[in-house]
Amino acid sequence: MSSAPRTLFAKLWDAHVVHRFPGGGPALLYVDLHLVHEVTSPQAFAGLRQAGRPVRRPELTVATVDHNVPTGDRTLPIEDPVSARQLDALAVNAREFGVELFDLQSPNQGIVHVIGPEQGFTQPGMIIVCGDSHTSTHGAFGALAVGIGTSEVEHVLATQCLVWSEPRTMEARLTGTAGPGVTAKDLILALIGSIGTAGATGHVIEYTGDAISALSMEQRMTVCNMSIEAGARAGMIAPDETTFAYLAGRPRAPAGAAWTRAVAAWGELRSDPGATYDRRVTLDAATVPPQVTWGTSPGMVTGVTGAVPDPADFPTDDERRAVSRALEYMGLEPGTRLEGLPIDRVFLGSCTNGRIEDLRAAARVVRGRRVASGVRAMVVPGSQLVRAQAEREGLDRVFREAGFEWRNAGCSMCLGMNADILKAGERCASTSNRNFEGRQGRGGRTHLMSPPMAAAAAVAGRLVDVREWAWEREGEGERAAS
Amino acid sequence: MGVGEGRGGGARRVVIEPFVRHTGAVAALPRADVDTDQIIPKQFLKRVERTGFGPALFYDWRFRPDGSVNSGFELNRPEAQGATVLVAGANFGCGSSREHAVWALREYGFRAILAPSFADIFYANCCQNGVLPVRLSSQEIVELLRRHAAASGAYRLSIDLVEQRVEDGAGFAAPFAIDAYRREMLLHGLDEIGRTLLEESRIVAFERGRERGDGRRETW
Ligand code: SF4
Repeated sequence: MSSAPRTLFAKLWDAHVVHRFPGGGPALLYVDLHLVHEVTSPQAFAGLRQAGRPVRRPELTVATVDHNVPTGDRTLPIEDPVSARQLDALAVNAREFGVELFDLQSPNQGIVHVIGPEQGFTQPGMIIVCGDSHTSTHGAFGALAVGIGTSEVEHVLATQCLVWSEPRTMEARLTGTAGPGVTAKDLILALIGSIGTAGATGHVIEYTGDAISALSMEQRMTVCNMSIEAGARAGMIAPDETTFAYLAGRPRAPAGAAWTRAVAAWGELRSDPGATYDRRVTLDAATVPPQVTWGTSPGMVTGVTGAVPDPADFPTDDERRAVSRALEYMGLEPGTRLEGLPIDRVFLGSCTNGRIEDLRAAARVVRGRRVASGVRAMVVPGSQLVRAQAEREGLDRVFREAGFEWRNAGCSMCLGMNADILKAGERCASTSNRNFEGRQGRGGRTHLMSPPMAAAAAVAGRLVDVREWAWEREGEGERAAS
Repeated sequence: MGVGEGRGGGARRVVIEPFVRHTGAVAALPRADVDTDQIIPKQFLKRVERTGFGPALFYDWRFRPDGSVNSGFELNRPEAQGATVLVAGANFGCGSSREHAVWALREYGFRAILAPSFADIFYANCCQNGVLPVRLSSQEIVELLRRHAAASGAYRLSIDLVEQRVEDGAGFAAPFAIDAYRREMLLHGLDEIGRTLLEESRIVAFERGRERGDGRRETW
């Protein structure tokens, strides 16, 4: 059969079309995996109940609690009665509608975008949805993974389908080799800085190039995770040997003969040579220094050696206003160098950077050192399994001995729905994905960066260039000279 | 179950407030990248209902930390009271997928939001709730903001979804585009789930096709 070369996106789209509404309307697409959490689902289940509808495919639906959960001592009752009510509602809904739930007691509980891949639910070729914008994370496996609203959650629960107008495609080609101390987080922040927070609106991004193939699965997840911060509907990376090696033996991944068939099918999931995208952007990874945000959107970012910009240097009125507002909120003057900026708090965690490799990378920077006096630093593993693994490797001791708080899994200070929040005016080095006003607590000032950068900031008590830091490099076992 | 009867009611069931045309007072929020964390801050996301979010709209902007009204915020100006049409900057509704943002805007009183661009998930969430998102060019938005300011905030707009037109009755008129499917759902306030369940036989055929492995890809 001869057909025009197709992108990875087009292959996934075509394979899931149940029906095309006439007149160039949207398509009805079949959903392979629906992830559910406590904050965006109660109204959806209530809607089903009201209309007398069942969950169509409960076995393709998985629920966890993450956004709202306390990350302190799990043996104590939940203090906030409103949070408790939301967690209870999910438990009741999961039971009534027959959906599997990873609850607070489960050793596998964690952030929805961490446990999906960790358990092997997330697989190449799937359409995956979740009532959460960072669903784009799962695209790292060559899945088409999109965040949806609560009405759409109800729609997928009832029909196992999503109504979606075909998005445009964008190729983001990352070439070259990232320098030492430069992580996937820095690459994606630099990309967002260059195309803007609405740079990919209406598009699905496929990340390609040597700098992407060289990344581990965890790093690829970091990249895809932040696609939404560039406005993209989804981000995706073609599956390869790295992907298969990650998935092999995961509890929910196919096994035996099914695994062999799956890998053969997954091998086909890549853009054909000559396939065209609606847009293309490129970035040379070798030119990217460690990134730090200075403003109140992830696109307000620069290299750590850079300085806070002057609103007057921006071309449009809108931008000048936005930058002035951001600097006022952040308590920063134009021209202030980012290196050396004192910080009060450090947050290591989130679905962007709360996986085991992130904790290892941060621990290498911290080992044998102390958190600066006056700085409060916390590590919140992305899942209880990440936490357990880190404890097996002794990373919890590295962090605790340095003075970090070592917590249970959840979203925590990424959005501050639980008790983990910044106070007004506190400045935080954070490995999460959003530096919006008030995101980590009203009046709190968030600087996004990589785990090694945040770890170094914790020790120094100010923002530092991790490339200048004497730290144990991966695979070396001894301190590299600074 | 025959075609035309989705489980739990057919597609013609009106579940959201239809949007046909609307005339109302305008409030201006000339800021770009207004994210859903601002529209409805996280401390209000713990409700398990779809209602009760209006009072929390733009909470951290409308109210000072001590709970007093921040009179400098655009929506707190006297002339913005009772506004039902919001004119905003580019990339409105970016960030979190929380539909609570749209529930809050609707409950506060907004029926239409006009901006040069919207974040994708937010745009879809609006359509699910009878709030019309209208994309106009940046120049048109600038012109609306100028007219709003010139009238000292006493400014009204009509938005007609049948004609796909925005006008102020004083010389400003602009067409806007919207997907035919979404337009139909909004005009009639239709239940999208009921609409999809009309395609039950196609969904079942798709599911069977996979089970049989008749050439269609398995889940993977
Ligand atoms: S960690 Fe943060 S971004 Fe990720 S799902 Fe939780 S709240 Fe959302």
